[in-house]
Amino acid sequence: MQTPFGKETYLYWYELMLLLRRFEEKAGQLYGMQKIRGFCHLYIGQEAVAAGMMTAIRDDDNIITAYRDHGLAIAKGITPNECMAELYGKATGCTKGKGGSMHFFSKEKRFFGGHGIVGGQIGLGAGIAFADQYLDNDRVTIAMFGDGAARQGLLHESFNMAMLWNLPVVFICENNHYAMGTSVSRTSKVLDIYRLADAYDMPADSVDGMSCEEVHKAIDRAVRRAREKGGPTFLEIKTYRYRGHSMSDPAKYRTKEELEEYKEKDPINQALATIMQNNWATEADIEAINARVKQQVDESVKFAEDSPYPSDDELLKDIYVDQDYPFITD
Amino acid sequence: MRTIPFRQALREAMEEEMRRDSRVFLMGEEVAQYNGAYKVSQGMLDEFGPKRVLDTPIAELGFAAIGVGAAANGTRPIIEFMTWNFAVLALDQILNHAAKMLSMSGGHFSCPIVFRGPNGSAGQLGAQHSQAFESWFANIPGIKVISVSNPYDAKGLLKAAIRDEDPVVFMESEVMYGDVGEVPEEEYILPIGKADVKREGTDVTIVSFNKMMKVALGAAEELAKEGISAEVIDLRTIRPLDWQTIVTSVRKTNRLVIVEEQWPFSSISSEISYRIQKEAFDYLDAPIRRICSADANMHYAPNLVAAFLPDISKTVKLVKDVMYQIK
Repeated sequence: MQTPFGKETYLYWYELMLLLRRFEEKAGQLYGMQKIRGFCHLYIGQEAVAAGMMTAIRDDDNIITAYRDHGLAIAKGITPNECMAELYGKATGCTKGKGGSMHFFSKEKRFFGGHGIVGGQIGLGAGIAFADQYLDNDRVTIAMFGDGAARQGLLHESFNMAMLWNLPVVFICENNHYAMGTSVSRTSKVLDIYRLADAYDMPADSVDGMSCEEVHKAIDRAVRRAREKGGPTFLEIKTYRYRGHSMSDPAKYRTKEELEEYKEKDPINQALATIMQNNWATEADIEAINARVKQQVDESVKFAEDSPYPSDDELLKDIYVDQDYPFITD
Repeated sequence: MRTIPFRQALREAMEEEMRRDSRVFLMGEEVAQYNGAYKVSQGMLDEFGPKRVLDTPIAELGFAAIGVGAAANGTRPIIEFMTWNFAVLALDQILNHAAKMLSMSGGHFSCPIVFRGPNGSAGQLGAQHSQAFESWFANIPGIKVISVSNPYDAKGLLKAAIRDEDPVVFMESEVMYGDVGEVPEEEYILPIGKADVKREGTDVTIVSFNKMMKVALGAAEELAKEGISAEVIDLRTIRPLDWQTIVTSVRKTNRLVIVEEQWPFSSISSEISYRIQKEAFDYLDAPIRRICSADANMHYAPNLVAAFLPDISKTVKLVKDVMYQIK
């Protein structure tokens, strides 16, 4: 396959996507063993969105997303150790055992969470971009949400103000076709979600989310536009989650054939095929990557297992910045 | 000392803080070109320009969200709601995002933001424009709630709120914006979380806040004519609640009446009553009593508005009741 993207990019995409997949397969297993509790929403199948995005943005650009956040968090640079420890609720987790699966954050990596109220982060993303524009930074904010959130009122309020104020934000709808168990076609007459941008004169595009290249190209264009003060873009990235909405969802609302159709376009297999066709790696090189990823995931489990839970006195910490806040304790 | 209107005190607080810190900006409906629905922000667009004084569309949830996101990313927004009645559209952003940003992120992101605007009833405005929300917001860990009764407190506490590192809900009143009060020329800041004894007395303690302070002080005046000495406390901050000041007073007066515009169920008086029975049980010579708004929606007719709200005569009567002067 001819591609303008080189060996280095493809090997990066392959290894990153494999890490996200193996990390989450392990998380799924550990959930079954009740090592991980609470809600747990896996990103498996959607990895090309995270990988294609990472080569299109700068390290200091911002990402905010919903509760299906493990993949994006690791891609943005939060370590598998910190992420697995967070899933375990341990003090060494990326949010000290306070956020859990749905609320990964890192100030250093400019990862603004991890949010659990469907669509709430669309407006927050516009606000994060507002602050960078206000402070005269040239950072861009990627505000992610799902096809379910596209039906929330806040999307419209945020799109309107983002355009009005020309904010440096890229809104991305990861359309995995199901809002929990409800298909896109059962929630609106408008099936092409990217067309919602038309009402606000916002540039928009529909993107193949199973291809790192397509994701990269679309986000690269949008980020350039935002950074050059051209304002927001809305991208609908069509993707698919292989697993249910959360761990308790057997996904009976869709057919096996539909799932298989997407698995045939699996982004990791696609990337690997391109690598092999271009002779960018030997079988042994790929084995070495696979082993490295497995080792990272295994190590993250060991790290999480060996880490302590937060101390009980963390209960009243991080509620206020104010260290002297007089909590009601009886 | 000079005297200025309430709205000017609020404006001076915002102007001084915006001159001091370029990260502070004001956003809301009609705050810029229209000079504020209640003229609180009059002239601020001229001084600070459209970058720092921003008119928004009528989209409370949306501009609250932009404020919260901007606060998490290095700025210090002041979000004006035309009234707190409209702010319920933004409750998700205040409750689920601003109040939880610090804890959910394990301390990574704070949210130094002020949500401010008028609260409570303001005449015959009907059911949807007449609600007092202190008890709603005071229930939420992660935010602070201030509700002011006079220009001096308004200025000193709004400056403190803008400088605070945590999200602050700041409540004013449409019917007080024209009230004139003493406010010094020189800069001052008042501490959040400190009540103020506005009138000293020995027979009964009356606790109130926001515009119901007028009822509390008016009742104390009436009671004085009948030889009853009421101590009147203005809470000023609702969360955290300065209950120690109330306990100190009750230990002296042995009686407590609370006057507030909240609905009665799970109100601020409910919380105070719990705290005082626990901390000063042996000092109470009568049950703690309160006057809230009616446990109903406010209607339009003037007599029904009057019947809905606490007033001086109801307060005087209740104080006499706890003094055991009514047979």
